[in-house]
Amino acid sequence: MTALDELEIRVWRGAADGHYQVFRAPRRANQTVLDVVSWIQREADPSLSYRFACRVGVCGSCAMTVNGKPRWTCRTHITKVAKDGRLTIAPLRNLPVIRDLACDMAPFFEKWRRARGRFEAAISRDDPLVPISPDSLERRAADAAVECINCAVCHAACDVVGWRPDYLGPAALNRAWVAWNDLRDRDRSAVLRAANAGAGCGNCHSHQSCAEHCPVEINPTRSIAGLKRAGLLALLRGSL
Amino acid sequence: MSVRLFLAQRLTALILAPLVLVHLGVIIYAVRSGLSAEEILGRTRGSLGWALFYGGFAVAVAAHGAIGLRTVILEWGGLRPGLATAVAWAAALILLALGLRGVWAVTAGGGL
Ligand code: SF4
Ligand code: SF4
Ligand code: FES
Repeated sequence: MTALDELEIRVWRGAADGHYQVFRAPRRANQTVLDVVSWIQREADPSLSYRFACRVGVCGSCAMTVNGKPRWTCRTHITKVAKDGRLTIAPLRNLPVIRDLACDMAPFFEKWRRARGRFEAAISRDDPLVPISPDSLERRAADAAVECINCAVCHAACDVVGWRPDYLGPAALNRAWVAWNDLRDRDRSAVLRAANAGAGCGNCHSHQSCAEHCPVEINPTRSIAGLKRAGLLALLRGSL
Repeated sequence: MSVRLFLAQRLTALILAPLVLVHLGVIIYAVRSGLSAEEILGRTRGSLGWALFYGGFAVAVAAHGAIGLRTVILEWGGLRPGLATAVAWAAALILLALGLRGVWAVTAGGGL
């Protein structure tokens, strides 16, 4: 048992072949998991590696595995995840571990590139703006998916990514869904082709682990279902 | 999985759903009414209807099963996509050959 005013934290140390190290930290009111990790680095072991920036749930850099689940640590309160005072903190799943709690995010963003999850303008800044109605189907679909903070929590929660590391995964495909619904893009069919390629949306099992864990309540499963539907329609129309 | 495979998987599932139900119905009917092997063969031999029904069944099973198997080997076997496709093709051809051989035996009456 841990004392009521103390937390017992197992923290992953080293790279993929590392181990857990146990720390004890004071328990405080209004404490987040990131606060605890920061306390360990400042007070117990300055060599602990981890990542954060905004501390308010905007930048998406602080995600870790907390008691087995991927979470944004800056907005995860200790009272929510460690009622018995025990925490196990590990790096995110499905990405190479650099050291301790820091993952290499390069493969994650490489997938965004492969899914063509970016905007390419059809017009230049000198052309007049094309009006897009806030009520249009495309605009509403993009709105529901656009607020992603690139935290890779969904990517860590997805078993298919774990089995097939080349699968584009929920975040990149969710971003491709935004690009596909952006009527200002100069080549939307390129987005559809990229998202429907061999390692793309057809591999999703729709089991919604991504949507369950996304901290900003985006539903990548729904976006991926939209890409599957659009891909099928395009194939049947001969425009894929 | 490419969109083509995705579509083929769904289409064959759509075809198989009613065929499986009819197939189960046929089994239950044959067992409950105590039909002997000769009586069954008497009804299926020379029947174009049963040949088409079970021929279609065998083709859909070969395609559907092989596409599913390809996904399983990709996800759980860690094979490269090209190799997984080759294994899936082999499975499809074996399933198709076994299936059509069975259909031939009960409908054409060949002594296979
Ligand atoms: S719904 Fe699809 S993308 Fe989301 S976790 Fe499941 S397989 Fe992965
Ligand atoms: S979809 Fe949600 S969980 Fe996935 S990267 Fe974006 S914000 Fe994070
Ligand atoms: S530190 Fe920016 S989202 Fe957590």
